[in-house]
Amino acid sequence: MSEIASNAELNCQGLNCPLPILKTKKAVDGMQAGEVLKVTATDPGSVNDMPSWAKRTGNELIEHSEQGGVHTFYIRKK
Amino acid sequence: MAEPKKLAIIASQGTLDWAYPPFILASSAAAMDMEAVIFFTFYGLPLLKKEIDAKVSPHSNPAMPMKMPFGSKEFQNFNWPIPNFVSGNVPGFDSMATMLMKETFKKKGVATVEQLRGMCQEFGVRFIACQMTMEVFGFEKEEFIDGVEYGGAAMFLEYAADANISLFI
Repeated sequence: MSEIASNAELNCQGLNCPLPILKTKKAVDGMQAGEVLKVTATDPGSVNDMPSWAKRTGNELIEHSEQGGVHTFYIRKK
Repeated sequence: MAEPKKLAIIASQGTLDWAYPPFILASSAAAMDMEAVIFFTFYGLPLLKKEIDAKVSPHSNPAMPMKMPFGSKEFQNFNWPIPNFVSGNVPGFDSMATMLMKETFKKKGVATVEQLRGMCQEFGVRFIACQMTMEVFGFEKEEFIDGVEYGGAAMFLEYAADANISLFI
């Protein structure tokens, strides 16, 4: 797994839908264009929700990986 | 930027289970850069009160699973077969079921209704209270949270006419 440099991290582990998306939105709002946010989540729904959110908002989902039930997403703010 | 997509929701139910969908969908829509309006009418109106005291009623809900929020995973996943004469006649059964649901949701990391409502407001979701229902049920504006708009069917429809998604919940 490649380590992508991130400007901020958001821990959504243990949270269920729609909290990971809502918290991701808030975190991204506080960042600069081009910066990367790393989100970790255990909600299995986030696997499909995160790409949908990114597609709709125009932010880029750079990578998604999973290890031991923890999903890691890297998002670049548009 | 292109015109944002619009979501229009009518929230007509005031039980704890039905309180969730309007706030989940509206907050998620706002997080996805959409505009969202929730029109609260009939039994949905109390969801605007400062303190939400929504309950679940398993008696009228044959499909509702009765689960325990504690114990082993097997025990938690067990669906308790509660006969109708129990759910309908035992005093305090709704309160107990409400407590169990709240506890299960908390354990599973689901936000409270109040939390989701707060995030809706933070994200700019508009809340419209049905003026007619207020008159009929005797609600006062002072009972409701700040930032609520007041209007009727026409006010909702004016917005919903241009909405991409319209839901009656």
